[in-house]
Amino acid sequence: MSRPNLKPWLYLLPAILFLGVFMVYPLVDVLVYSVEEGYNSASQTYFGTGLYNYSYVLHDPYFLQAVRNTFILVIITVPVSTGIALLISLGLNSIKKLRELYQTIFFLPYVTNTLAVGLVFMILFKKTAYTDGLVNLLIRLFGGQGVDFIDGPYWAKLFVLCFYTIWVVMPFKILILTSALASVKEDYYKAARIDATPRWRIFTRITLPMISPMLFYLIITGFIGAFKAYSDAVALFGTDLNAAGMNTIVGYVYDMLYGDSGGYPSYAAAAALILFAIVLTITVVNLLVSKRHVHYD
Amino acid sequence: MKVVLQNLTKAFPKRGKKETGEVIAVNDFTFVIPDGKLIGLLGPSGCGKSTTLNLISGLETPTSGRIFFGDDDVTDLPPENRGVGLVFQNYALYPHLTVRQNILFPLQNLRGDAKLSKEEMEKRALEAAQMVQIEGLMERKPSEMSGGQQQRVAIARALVKMPRVLLLDEPLSNLDARLRLQTREEIRRIQRQTGITTVFVTHDQEEAMSISDMIVVMKDGVVNQIGAPQEVYDEPVNLFVAQFLGTPPIHVFDAEVKGELLYIGGKPVLEAHGVADQPVTAAVRPEGFRLDPHGPLTCALERVEVMGRDTSVVCMHPNCRNVVIRAIIPAEEKVNESDDEVRFSLKPAKVFLFDAKSDLRIDAKLK
Amino acid sequence: MDFEKIERSARRRAAIRRTLIYVFLTFWAILVLFPFYWMVLTSVKSYGAYNSEYIPAFFTLSPTLQNYTDAFTTVHLGRYFVNTVIFTLATTAWMLAVTVLAAFALARLDFKGKALLFTGFLALMMIPNELVVITNFATITNWGMRNTFWGLILPSVTSVFYIYLLKENFERIPDELYKAAKVDGTSDFKYLWKVMIPICRPTIITIAILKIIECWNSYVWPRLITDDEAYFLVSNGIQEIRENGFGRENIPAMMAAVVIISVPLIILFLIFHKKIMEGVSRGGTKG
Repeated sequence: MSRPNLKPWLYLLPAILFLGVFMVYPLVDVLVYSVEEGYNSASQTYFGTGLYNYSYVLHDPYFLQAVRNTFILVIITVPVSTGIALLISLGLNSIKKLRELYQTIFFLPYVTNTLAVGLVFMILFKKTAYTDGLVNLLIRLFGGQGVDFIDGPYWAKLFVLCFYTIWVVMPFKILILTSALASVKEDYYKAARIDATPRWRIFTRITLPMISPMLFYLIITGFIGAFKAYSDAVALFGTDLNAAGMNTIVGYVYDMLYGDSGGYPSYAAAAALILFAIVLTITVVNLLVSKRHVHYD
Repeated sequence: MKVVLQNLTKAFPKRGKKETGEVIAVNDFTFVIPDGKLIGLLGPSGCGKSTTLNLISGLETPTSGRIFFGDDDVTDLPPENRGVGLVFQNYALYPHLTVRQNILFPLQNLRGDAKLSKEEMEKRALEAAQMVQIEGLMERKPSEMSGGQQQRVAIARALVKMPRVLLLDEPLSNLDARLRLQTREEIRRIQRQTGITTVFVTHDQEEAMSISDMIVVMKDGVVNQIGAPQEVYDEPVNLFVAQFLGTPPIHVFDAEVKGELLYIGGKPVLEAHGVADQPVTAAVRPEGFRLDPHGPLTCALERVEVMGRDTSVVCMHPNCRNVVIRAIIPAEEKVNESDDEVRFSLKPAKVFLFDAKSDLRIDAKLK
Repeated sequence: MDFEKIERSARRRAAIRRTLIYVFLTFWAILVLFPFYWMVLTSVKSYGAYNSEYIPAFFTLSPTLQNYTDAFTTVHLGRYFVNTVIFTLATTAWMLAVTVLAAFALARLDFKGKALLFTGFLALMMIPNELVVITNFATITNWGMRNTFWGLILPSVTSVFYIYLLKENFERIPDELYKAAKVDGTSDFKYLWKVMIPICRPTIITIAILKIIECWNSYVWPRLITDDEAYFLVSNGIQEIRENGFGRENIPAMMAAVVIISVPLIILFLIFHKKIMEGVSRGGTKG
């Protein structure tokens, strides 16, 4: 029945309207913002167009700090979290008893409020006048030197940030890898066992290639997610991330937009586009690398 | 309700991205379905039989041609206003509704004058359920029933609104062999009882022959032959129809007519009066072979399969296009299985001649 | 060959392996659960007791609920909580309506430009929120919707991913059901309401739960669009409490607030953990 009718569009109207106003239009607009020089959000005027905003952002020490923090965060958390998640999933897959209980526990951080639970991490790691905090006590117990992880040296703050980030992203990775491992057919393992294949060889020659598409998917989403880190940092170090020296690129965007240092949507737009370019590049590189290493059926 | 299909044609645009042009699914179909009859639409998959059904139901609109229900032209009427009942191969029951709710569903859509009271709906639903003998399962969900029961519910749902025409799209294909036999008899009984004009699509010739008043054999969108089942079986108009009907299938020989004699493999097998000298295709039904120690058709014997009521002699002949010949003979006649050869003569009524090029039937008096 | 010996050593090795695996998994389980334990524990310690523990105690013999009272009276946690409930329910309801209608049109109806539109939708899935948030901030500000529920809700309503997920699910309903309904005179909308939605209810529930989690935890947008405390959601609320809340670092009261904020989702999770995990593994990502 091919009577031309408007009905489908009626059903689609709400979605198109919302997406148009809050996604498509902003996409164009952000480009415009990023080339409007000296934009003033109060008077909504600007005095020229050009690439000055990009240049400003790229020379802003706070931005460079944020880029540095973000890159370190990405480089540490993506491999570490994926690796641990793989180990845990392999463990989960080789047990029967209590498996579901463990799975449920491991998934718990996914449903928690990042901001709220971050506060718990803060008090665990923080050193105050009244107490050194639990973590420092543990360090001391093993003969180490206590350090303030929240207001102390750069490496310590970075460590907590990475630690918390990993804690937050693990549930998703464990879940995906566990179901990927579970979907590898038992027959392959049976065949390998009959042939007396050593465990390590089974892992590298059968398991890993079989789950490589999912593993790769996790690495890509892991990269994208880690580049967008922000609320974990706020949870640990408070809203003034620049002062704490712990800002991230996304944090920089928001700070430029709003807050104590805000009111510069053009700088925010330029920074956001730079971030988008970085993420896009890394994703493309990932895709190119994976072509050679990922086994698809 | 008489159903008239007039020069019905349906063309679809080609599916592939690079291909252009059209696929003719139904080509110039003209047929008057008499009131109260059960019609079997028969053909291999992709022959256009389901499209024809969709055209009658109104789910598709024809590219050209008209459709009449009685004297009403329904060609441009949307399906809901045609008053047709439709039953699908996979039953298409709503999985989240009970049997009762499924049967009630069409009635709840009625609006205006046709609107029924709650009691009336329940009464009609119960009657429909009784008709197909599932009144004891009214509160079950489809997933809790067997395929045969689900198909009965689907039929009840199609009947409940008292359709002018009942359409069945491969209603038996998803059932196992025993249920298929049972359900097809059931369909026949219900159709007789209600007297609703029914069109029934199938690719299974046995199914169509066994319950239809008339069958329509289609191929590539074109109607090849329309007639009563026995008539189509006995007088196929072309080689395709001859081959499509009957199990085991008909045997096709490359043959020749010379001097009003039919030769197969150089041996005269039958007299063929009224046929000019020409190469022909001769088709022999499995029951057309008669054991005859002096018969003209000599075949290499493979084996003998006993099937109780009759015996199937499996053998080969160099001029036969089928891989093996399965001649069906009465069980009383014995064949010595250790023989290398078996000889047959042919029953003239079971042999058809076709033009070697066009595959059309050659009108011949065989003796 | 001494089979018995081989068998015994193999069994011993397997037992050691299994033990190691359980030890490792338990270690991670503790790492996951410990912060939750610590927050509940701290929340029932009295202010005085907590501050006098130089070495934090792993349990308390005199639990108090005073901190919970404080969380609701000293700061406006109750208001943040109610705001979040309103925001979460309203956004989820709107999202469901928009998503169901769009998914239905894309899955069931035929119209010109459908393929193109759907491709466009898919392309939008790749756009990071950070790119569009700048303009949305300006849009909502221009509409005078800062510090309103509308300003919070509107940009959070659409989710291309959920439209995609539901459309895929709708398409798995056999065509015959639609044809049967058409022949019976069912309107498109009635078919959607009476047949498609009930059949796809599991997916719709999954989508709703995922959206609820997302809304409950959302931080960035509410922070941008509200600076009036009366419209804070729990995420900003907790940040506000941390920075200007209970006077001199009242950690136990703060932990009580954290517990209150976390409990609704944890309850939701305990009830629906199978559904949530299944939904997330079908392609959800955090945030």
